[in-house]
Order: sequence, then structure tokens, then C-alpha cells
Amino acid sequence: MTDLDLPGVLGERVPVPRTRRLLAGRGRYTADIDHTRASEIAFLRSPHAHARIVAIDAVNARAMPGVRLVLTGADIAEHCQGFAATSALYPQMLAPVQHPLAVHVARWHGEPVAMVVARTRAQAEDACAAIDVEWEVLEPMLDPATAGSEPSIHPELGSNVALHIDQASEGATRVLSGGMQIGVDLTFNRHTGVPIETRSILAHFDPQEERLEITMSHQCPHQMQVEFAELLGLAQHRVRIRTPDVGGAFGIKQQLYGDELAACVAAVVLGRPVRFIADRAEALLSDVQAREHRISARVHLGDEGALKGFSLSDIHAIGPYLQYPRSNLGESRALLSLTGAPYRFEAFSASVDIVFQNKGMCGHYRGVGHPLVCAVTEALMDAAARALGEDPIAFRLRHLAEDFPYKAPTGTNYERLAFAQCFDALEAEVDLDGIKGEVAAARANGRVMGWGIAAFVEQTARGPGFYGQGRQPVSSRDGAVVRLEPSGTIRCLSSITEQGQGTETGVRQLVARALGVSLDQVEMVTGDTAVSPHGGGTWGSRAMAIGGQAAWNAAQQLRAEVLRLAGILTGEAPEALDIEHGTVTGKSDRAVRVSLAELAEAAHFRPDTFGIEQQPQLTASAEYGPLTQPFRCGTGIQLSQVELDAGTGQLTLLRHIVVHEAGRVVNPLLVDEQIRGGVAQGLGGFLFEHCDYDVEGRALATSLAQYRVPQAIDLPDIELIHAGNPPFTDDGLGIVGVGEAGTVGAGAALLNALNDALIGAGGKPIYDLPLSPPRLLRALGAL
Amino acid sequence: MSGTEARFDVVVRVNGIEHTARVPARESLADFLRDTLGLTGTHLGCEEGQCGACTVMLDDTPIRACLMLAVQADGATVTTIEGLHASGEIADLQQAFYERAALQCGFCTSGMVIAGHALIGSGAELDRDAVRVGLAGHICRCTGYHAIVDAIMATAAERKGAGDD
Repeated sequence: MTDLDLPGVLGERVPVPRTRRLLAGRGRYTADIDHTRASEIAFLRSPHAHARIVAIDAVNARAMPGVRLVLTGADIAEHCQGFAATSALYPQMLAPVQHPLAVHVARWHGEPVAMVVARTRAQAEDACAAIDVEWEVLEPMLDPATAGSEPSIHPELGSNVALHIDQASEGATRVLSGGMQIGVDLTFNRHTGVPIETRSILAHFDPQEERLEITMSHQCPHQMQVEFAELLGLAQHRVRIRTPDVGGAFGIKQQLYGDELAACVAAVVLGRPVRFIADRAEALLSDVQAREHRISARVHLGDEGALKGFSLSDIHAIGPYLQYPRSNLGESRALLSLTGAPYRFEAFSASVDIVFQNKGMCGHYRGVGHPLVCAVTEALMDAAARALGEDPIAFRLRHLAEDFPYKAPTGTNYERLAFAQCFDALEAEVDLDGIKGEVAAARANGRVMGWGIAAFVEQTARGPGFYGQGRQPVSSRDGAVVRLEPSGTIRCLSSITEQGQGTETGVRQLVARALGVSLDQVEMVTGDTAVSPHGGGTWGSRAMAIGGQAAWNAAQQLRAEVLRLAGILTGEAPEALDIEHGTVTGKSDRAVRVSLAELAEAAHFRPDTFGIEQQPQLTASAEYGPLTQPFRCGTGIQLSQVELDAGTGQLTLLRHIVVHEAGRVVNPLLVDEQIRGGVAQGLGGFLFEHCDYDVEGRALATSLAQYRVPQAIDLPDIELIHAGNPPFTDDGLGIVGVGEAGTVGAGAALLNALNDALIGAGGKPIYDLPLSPPRLLRALGAL
Repeated sequence: MSGTEARFDVVVRVNGIEHTARVPARESLADFLRDTLGLTGTHLGCEEGQCGACTVMLDDTPIRACLMLAVQADGATVTTIEGLHASGEIADLQQAFYERAALQCGFCTSGMVIAGHALIGSGAELDRDAVRVGLAGHICRCTGYHAIVDAIMATAAERKGAGDD
């Protein structure tokens, strides 16, 4: 394949066609799907963090108006299996069995305890209120630091430590001893994704055919097909999942949720459509949360500021169960594999404890551990530069990893990183002296201002090394079917899914490019397990890199067939022909031979036109997934400039700049907006997003009044710089995912900028998140 | 209780069409628009007035359809995203959002566009900060707001330019 056949390294800034429909108010989210016959579901949820269910009396609830079904945990266990996220990579990991509704013991505030199905949601809620539960309140396990020594919240497991991992590079103890060591203790706050469309599911079961048809707001319909079939004891091929428009997901909609499984049970039991649309309080109580960590980390320096290595210990609190089916290994594994990623160093040692507690479920939120490891690494790099009296950029530059491929002491292989290019771009495009001058001038006037940077990597487009080797049914592949239809237009059925990223448009661009047609000539179909090949869907910044590659490969096959057929018509060799603007042309003279419409019409309805030796093949398919490449790494730098009001503790973000490199960029417009949106979430998680709990383990953030997400006024413009890059060397297009890049480095840059400001004003650096005004004033010594 | 819930007669003009309905006492205007009239462009993101996704125009004022009961809208004129789209009066703002990818998942977009339309129509002098302040109470989780501010600024400038001619 010549490079001429490939889309440009920087492709076209094409807007997303489906957004015209969304802008007209014609979205089709799950709650918008016709549900005239559907009963509505509400859940009674545990008001306690940890409590035994002594008795449940639902007699009154069952007699309430409109009520069609009431199931308790004990009732529902008869209809579906429990689930536990095990990984063959960590057979020693404790994996408690979870049920869709709590059986005997509720282990977090908000855990579903009983389900009511009624004619209306209001009736279902009324009936929930009429269920009488006798609770025996148990001591909640909340503090991750003491989890190891407290009685297990799962007595059958005997411990609150789900998994302990020690990891050290060869000779780490020797290399890391002595010298200058600088440590920081970071406390990361629990936060969550808050897609504005809450989790939603509409389920219908046909008892005659034992067919379960589901429409739901999810990232991974094929995964859910596998799981629902398995847990409900249904034939997998008679479970169909469709994901219509999805109103944001961010990792929150890639797991199995007990309440959604319970809704499927209700559909099966009743044999009629049922619907569960979570309200916001339910979402904040039951959506997976993330990133509750306490990390003690050190950077080890040798003579003349040499970077000897990093060491850390991490306590990762994950709530009462492992999220299913993926488990909660991602965040800690990011710390174990990516600490120090941008830099060349000699040794690494770490220990991790993943612990259960009586707080909400945790899972994989946008960036999965990457924002933590970036903050740890970059806080240490700043602390080291300060201790050595060096400029933070100069210090980083002299330690950058180079000479790729490179295997880091964390065991991670980097095929390539583009930090040299990113720093070049930063220095070329940003007036760093201007920023430093502005900060100095502000300080001279008594203002508390600072700037900071964070270099980051983003592992995207993962291969089967984790879920596959862990024997978890999570596909690292995607598939595409590309069809030439009788009108000469193209239909592409893809296993990727769309939650607003615009990936569907990117794939459409690739298919259009491969087949020489305009974007409008390609119709995309995604989000239907009965239609597309099995595939991973959208998570981990993978859909464009993997799903795009699959579609490209399928489209190339169809292209070859179109040229073969055209060659038969014109008597020319296929190699002498091209496709452009929807017509087959001659490569040499660029003259039109036949339009795709004419060719398709002939191939579909007069196939004998093309001889009798070989049938026209107007459908091509391909599946693709990385086999030997564990991931593709995007790289970047974020720069933050902030000012702190010493009177009120209000932090103002003056500037936020992202320098980014992501291999081949198919659609720069959509890449820009992915990064900007990611930055906003990354900043929110450090600034104020906090799933806070009281001392009894009750969630305090149960509405968007208490759980604060960034609004427009909280954020600055987000300036973007694209760095040039060396291409990937594998067999594909070399696309790197970008869904998480913005989130990964934003908070770390902000934290470094804030600490520069605090130290510049004679205060102490701060490593406890979120960055609430009282904390900032205390660090400044003003409170 | 829902089985005996009181119902009230209302007459509401929605997107230019007068509707007469008998609505449950506790039904929100948003549920009435979505479930009774099928106008699902009004989205529910929190049902407590925090997210702004359900914003509609009540007479000439943007309001949260989740915070108003359907009975309270008796006699009022309501315009939803569907009505604003059909009239063509927000076509420029929709185009500006589209071109800049100022929406991703689209769930907040109805409210965001209506807020932007009202902001431009308020006649206030708009700079980027003023637009950001004007979008208070509208949560977008996808874009980081930068492109939304761009789209509103650009449309405001175009409308102003057109008005000067």
C-alpha cells in the first residue's frame, strides 16, 4: 500500500453529520425510544453503607396501584446468576460474588435492595416507599488505610484486601538506596463521569422465542450481549443489544450494573417491555466512581541530578465489589506500568493494595489511572527540579526517554514517544518567557500566581494482553462490514459505538477515502449486536485506531473487487484503475470509465455481465485487533497558569495549553474537541468533583448541587498545539486514540501550577485533592 | 398517591399549536412535553434544575421544564427546541454549533442552544467571559465549553452585523 492510498497525516476537519439531527431536537436516546407498552422500574436502595437485611416485607407494595412486580434480592437470585470479576492474570485476587439486588447484606449506600415494576415510574417509586425493610446496621468499613486490619466486609473472603501486588525492577533496592530522595504523599478524591444522560435500559423478552431485545445507553453492546445471556441463562444469539444515541459515557457505561441486570430479569419474568431510566440521585449513588487513592511516592536522584528512579506505595479503595466483568485493576496497573513514563531512569519499585470498603462501586473512568500516574510523576519531577534549583522544563528535557523502542524499568515497552517533538512545539508556539515574566510581575505585586507543566502518555488501542489473557470476555478487536449497494452508495456496519466522540464520522471518512466516494455516499450503522460483527465497542481510546483499521481493511477489499469488476467491463488491468468522486477512472488519463452506480447496478442485477468464472462480491468484511502490540502511546504536554485569591481561596485558571501528538489524525476537528472535553473533566476532578461520604458512609453528593462539575465560567479557553510525529511502524494506519489524552495531563499541570504559585508566595505545596478553597488557604498559611 | 391523583385541565400553546390536556397534579412540564406531546428534544439530565438540559422558552424567557409543573403552564406559550428549529430562527446558531463540533453527545444541546439564543437575544454586550457567565446552570460534560462559546460569539457577531445593514 502506497502512502497515496492512505488518508493524510492530518485529515479533513469534517463536522459530525448526526449532530444536525441532535441540534434539531431529534436525538434518539434510550428514554426517547417509543415505550408505550413498557412498564417502569424503580429501585429501593440501601440507606445504609453497611447493613444486614433482617426482613423485607413487600406485601403492601405489591398491592399498590399499578404495581406489576416486586422482587427482592432473594427473589431475583432464582432468575439469574451472581457475578464476580475474576482475572486469570491475578488468580489470587479476591472476587466477591455480587447479585443484582443485595441479598442478606447491603454494602453501599445506594445498593439496590428491591425492584418494583409498575405502570408508571411514579407508581413504582410510591411502591418502593411502601416496602418495609428491617435493617441491622453494621459498622461501615470506610478508611482504606485500615482496611487490611479491619474485619472483612465479605466474611467469606476473610480480608478487605482484594489484591496486593509488589513489583520491582531488577536491582531496584540497590539502585534506589541512598542519594537524594524526594517524597510526596498524594490523596486523590473519588470522582465520577456524570454523563448528562443517565444510565437507561429498555428491555423486552419474547417468551415463545426466548428472545431478549434490549435498547440501552452503553459503550459495549457486544460485551453486554455475552454477559446478559450468560447470567440469565439465555442463548447468546437470541440476545440483541442496541445502543441508540448515547448521551455521554466516559467509561461509566462500559460495565454490567446490577440494576440493569435486574431490569432484564423483570422483562423475562413479565414477558413484556420494561424500562429503567436512572434519575440523577441514582446515578450519583450507583454509577461507578473512581480514583480514590493514597499514594506515597519518591523520586530518587543520583549525582548531578541523575534520575535513578521512582518508588511508590498505593492504596486503592474500590468500594464493596469488583466492577464486572473488567475488575478494578486498571488504575493501580497504570501506576505500576506508567510511572515515570516520559523519562529515562534506572529502577522502579512499587506496592499496591486494592481494598474493599463500604462506599459506592468503582470502575474505569476516562483515563483509568493515567491522571494519577501523571500527577505523581510530574509532581515528583517538579519537586526534584525545585530541590536541584533547575528550571522544570530544562530538568525534564535532560531526562526524556529517547532511542526507541525502549523498555522502561516498569516493564513497559514504548515503541515510540514523541516528547522531543512536543517540547519543540511547546517552545516554538508558546511564549514561555512571557508567561514566566507575567508570573514574576504578578508576584512582585503581591499576587499568588504560578505556572506548571505536565508531560503525559496515553496508552490507547490495547491488545488482548490484559482482558484476553485474563480470560475476561472483553474483545480487543473490532469488525466492519462494507457493502456496495445497488445505488452505488456504501453501507458500513461497524462494531464501534458512538457516545459523541465522532468516531463514526472518522470511520466514515476512512471508508469514503478507501472507496473514492464522498462522505455523503457512506452510511454508517453502529450499536446493534444483530447487525455488526462482534467487537469491543468504545473504551480505552480504541475505536478509531482499531475499529477504523477494521473498516479500512474491509473497504480496501471492496475497493479491490470494484476495480476487478471495472477491469472486466473496460478490458483493463485493475491496477490501471482508480476510484475517485464515485467513479472508476483510469490512473493514467483520469478519464471516467464507469460510475460506481452503474457498476453496482450491473453487479447486483446483471451479474452475468462480469462473466461466469467469479461471482461479484459486493460485501466485504474485516476484523482487526492488535496482536503483538500491547498499546499505542499518544504523548503530550499540558501547561497551566493559575492565580489564587489569597483572600477567598478561589483559584482562577488563566491559561491551559495542550501540546499533543497522536499519530495519524483522520479528523483534526474532532480530535481537538476530544482533547478539550477531556481537559475539562481532568480539571474538574482535581478542582472540585468529589464523591464525598459522611462518617457513616452515606453519600453526600447525591445531586448536581452537591457534586459540582465544571461549568463554562470555571474554565479558560483550552489552547491546542499539534506536534509533528514519527509514524508508528506496525502494519496499520498508525492511528492513536485521543479520547483520554486531555483528561490524563490536565490535573497534573494544574497541580504543578498551583504549587508553583503557593511556593512562590511562601506557602506549602499541596497534594490533597480536591483543591478546595479552605485547603488552598491553609497551604498558603492564610487560614 | 398516584391511583387517586388529582388531574387538572390545562390549555398550553406549544410550538404554535394549542393543546388541551388533563394533567396529573404532580406531572412536570418536561414530562408533559416528552410523554404526552412526544417532544423528546427536551432532555432530562437531573430533574432538579441543575443541568439545564430541559430548558425551553416560556413566553420569552428560558426556563427549566423540570422545575415547572404542567398545571403551572396553563395559559402559557411554550417553545421547545423542535419549535425553534422548525421556525428557522436558530438556524444560524445551529450551523455555528455544527461547524465547530460544539456538541458531542448532544444531550445538553437543546438547553445549550436555547440558552445561547436567549443570551444573544438579550441584547447584552457579549465577550467570551460574558458568554461563559451567561451559560451558568448549563452543564456540558463533553466539550469543555470552548467551542460552545465560539459558536455563540460567532452567531452574536453575525446577527449584530446583519442588524447593522
